[in-house]
Amino acid sequence: MTRLNELSLAAARDGLAKGDFSAKDLTQASIAAMEAARPLNAFITETPERALDMAQASDARRAKGESGALEGIPLAIKDLFCTQGVLTTAGSHILDGFIPPYESAVTANLWRAGAVMLGKTNMDEFAMGSANTTSYYGNVENPWRGRGDNRPLVPGGSSGGSAAAVAARVVPGATGTDTGGSIRQPASFTGLVGLKPTYGRCSRWGIVAFASSLDQAGPLTRTVRDSAIMLGAMAGYDPKDSTSVDTPVPDYEAALTGGVRGLKIGIPKEYRMDGMAEEIESLWREGIAWLEAAGATTVDISLPHTKYALPAYYIVAPAEASSNLARYDGVRYGLRVPGATLEEMYEATRGDGFGAEVKRRVMIGTYVLSAGYYDAYYNKARQVRTLILRDFTQAFEKVDAILTPTAPSAAFAIGERMDDPIAMYLNDIFTVPANLSGLPGISVPAALSGEGLPLGLQVIGRAFDEETMLRVAGVLEDAAGFDAEPAFVAGR
Amino acid sequence: MSMIQGKTGEWEVVIGLEVHAQVIAESKLFSGAATAFGAEPNTQVSLVDAAMPGMLPVLNEKSIEQAVKTGLGLNAKINLTSVFERKNYFYPDLPQGYQISQYLEPIVGEGALTLDLPGGESKDVGIERLHLEQDAGKSLHDQHPSQTYIDLNRSGVTLMEIVSKPDMRSAGEVGAYLEKLRSILRYLGTCTGNMEEGSMRCDVNVSVRRPGEDLGIRTETKNVNSIRFAKLAVEYEAKRQIAQIEDGGAVVQETRLFDPDKGATRAMRGKEDAHDYRYFPDPDLLPVVLDVDWVAELKRGLPELPDAKKARFMAGFDLSAYDAGVLVAERETAAYFEAVVEGGQGRDAKQAANWITGALFAALNRAGVELDAAPLDADKLGGLLDLIRDGTISGRTAKDVFDAMWESGKDAGTIVEEKGLKQISDTGAIEAIVDKVIADNPGQAEQFKSGNEKVLGWLVGQIMKASQGKANPGMVNQLLRKKLV
Repeated sequence: MTRLNELSLAAARDGLAKGDFSAKDLTQASIAAMEAARPLNAFITETPERALDMAQASDARRAKGESGALEGIPLAIKDLFCTQGVLTTAGSHILDGFIPPYESAVTANLWRAGAVMLGKTNMDEFAMGSANTTSYYGNVENPWRGRGDNRPLVPGGSSGGSAAAVAARVVPGATGTDTGGSIRQPASFTGLVGLKPTYGRCSRWGIVAFASSLDQAGPLTRTVRDSAIMLGAMAGYDPKDSTSVDTPVPDYEAALTGGVRGLKIGIPKEYRMDGMAEEIESLWREGIAWLEAAGATTVDISLPHTKYALPAYYIVAPAEASSNLARYDGVRYGLRVPGATLEEMYEATRGDGFGAEVKRRVMIGTYVLSAGYYDAYYNKARQVRTLILRDFTQAFEKVDAILTPTAPSAAFAIGERMDDPIAMYLNDIFTVPANLSGLPGISVPAALSGEGLPLGLQVIGRAFDEETMLRVAGVLEDAAGFDAEPAFVAGR
Repeated sequence: MSMIQGKTGEWEVVIGLEVHAQVIAESKLFSGAATAFGAEPNTQVSLVDAAMPGMLPVLNEKSIEQAVKTGLGLNAKINLTSVFERKNYFYPDLPQGYQISQYLEPIVGEGALTLDLPGGESKDVGIERLHLEQDAGKSLHDQHPSQTYIDLNRSGVTLMEIVSKPDMRSAGEVGAYLEKLRSILRYLGTCTGNMEEGSMRCDVNVSVRRPGEDLGIRTETKNVNSIRFAKLAVEYEAKRQIAQIEDGGAVVQETRLFDPDKGATRAMRGKEDAHDYRYFPDPDLLPVVLDVDWVAELKRGLPELPDAKKARFMAGFDLSAYDAGVLVAERETAAYFEAVVEGGQGRDAKQAANWITGALFAALNRAGVELDAAPLDADKLGGLLDLIRDGTISGRTAKDVFDAMWESGKDAGTIVEEKGLKQISDTGAIEAIVDKVIADNPGQAEQFKSGNEKVLGWLVGQIMKASQGKANPGMVNQLLRKKLV
């Protein structure tokens, strides 16, 4: 029998329902797996005792016939979600010792659905990074290894700890957040399904803010079905988040039965970049063939402003971040490094508390908002954003979903690209347009690279049409038949 | 136009005001925390107000309603779409590291306010805009020798910033502007206007110029917290700037502070130290979009405002501009006045106005209480006026009755009854007293008979005294003359 920690979310759910094992059994397996996976450094805080308490409470609920959609399922939570009574760091030194007296809306939804928290996962500091190499708590290792190459690889970022934990079979699912690709790119790097919902689908309340107009929570899982189940539990209107949208949460799992016959799938020519690896290009062609074979029609479309998306993103996101991170001043919580004057205290606290990448983005953001540069940078970026959304709106008049690669490469070695921020930022080139336009996107593992590393395909859907997007993703998943496993699986 | 005489000639002073008015609302602009004045430090602070990680602002609709009502009361343009932006700067009592405010697209645009000036004159001052913003917390520097304490109770409280055009030309106009604005805010119920509690504060922008010339360089004196101080700040700044220029110097554009102890302003920071606030639309909030019908409904529901009430009092009750102005300055006074006049048949409006602005205001002042706490309501004062009118008591007695009413809270009739103050209008009774006074004072009676008119008053006084003030003075006069002819 498969070890409990290796079960998919749906299989674990069904096994719990049938009484094959208890939530406590399942949680104990995950706790053991978490301990075995420590070399990956996927967790900042492990909460095994809380997990067992929650599992026992779950078993008690089930005994009374009260079962939620995620009843008894252990999950890992990105350390950007505030969790009541549990250290929350955002991967940063500046939040030293910060224990929130409140629970984020998304995690509260998960616990209400019966899920069990196993721990808080490592991440790029304040979600700024694409390799999980900016965390104050150290790098996360990708459970995958290249063929004949034992160098540790990055898991992608910023939700790298969540991705590593799910890929290593510690848990069937984990939460992530995606501001420019922080769920989808690590999913692609670790052979997972990563879903960024439509902006406004999940509440941002209680999630440490990076870039408010782009941040969105979503699930990292090993299957499309698990993604659908978990999204259903995370999503929902929240009056405490003014940008949350009051629209009913459909049964996403039920949407997977439809198939793609008759759907039109857009293939944007602008995503065919100069110098793109041939294996990415050929995987994309394969994806097109799979969908056509399943009865969809593919349509060549143009998203003419795509080339401006990455520069616009690297203006908007730092601008908002520079303001969002102003509250970490040493006055009320987290780290305070004393100084002789108020200004010295600010400088010492923020100087010590923030890492290099966060400082870089705070400075970029401050610069693009400053008098005399605002129009040239921030306002221009906002205009670009409007044009990018218009590109998509026009495309979606002709197609039902869009297929692209998720990332321009497979996972790379820890330490690579560290000296070149621009090369690092290029990781997000295919993912940021969905953030800038607020559209949902999902990455599905589709193949192995020549080095034996996972590569993902991305489906972008219409706003609040996660159902069609999931259907397309499900068909890709079936066609790809991706069953490769990482070099490291917890407990084996 | 009032000019200031300098060493080298006349100068005109140009003033614009930015008033920060705390909106009357149960909760803060973007959180559910309470807003009561005087609460223990840090007891009215939500997670949002303390800027805890991951907290998000949610707009309080009451604040929007109050701002729109105020805009309507200032005859200003209501902007159906407005945008909240972030004003970024670091300060320990600003937990978010930014203040949420409105910048490029405020909720209220241009309007006007009419000043009531001495001598019944009036003048219009333009309103540039009104926008909503969060208040900051309070830094307490005097609680510890080396550390600063922070009280976040005010953090996030809704303020309306009301910006005037530079249309004022004297300290007197500044006083009239603040009084009128406060009166309108109180009528609307959108701000208490209590400057001593900090619920209304102003920044005073002053510049000077030779008559007919372009505007001069201005200074901004921040956070002035009384009308008197605002006037003093204007006078001080005008003189300082004129002296500066006349002595061959120039006015520097800067932010200044008013020192109430010295009655002077002093430099706080210059233009080169000005913050770059890096305003940008707050991504946590959607633009505020108002429904035109909702605005129209608010407009229909507005109370009668001071200008309209004053005009109605002048036309309907034949009051002077001055009396009407005094009565309408506070909504409660105007309501009290109307209740007195309309509470009984044939009451005289002018007489009611005199009693309110005279005896009643004096008593309120002495007791240091507001009108709503007066032991004498409109019904009771009306009752007193009725007793004067129907001759039950004399005007002189009425003053004593008023004092007794103030002391006891009883109505006029009861006091007159209890103290036996009823005016004696019985001819026989008065005649007896008159006869006795004449008999007791034969010398004075003779003097009158021989043509000394003045002595009559003395004799009337003796009779009133003998009657304990109760004799009807008209009848006393009449009878005395009859007897002495």
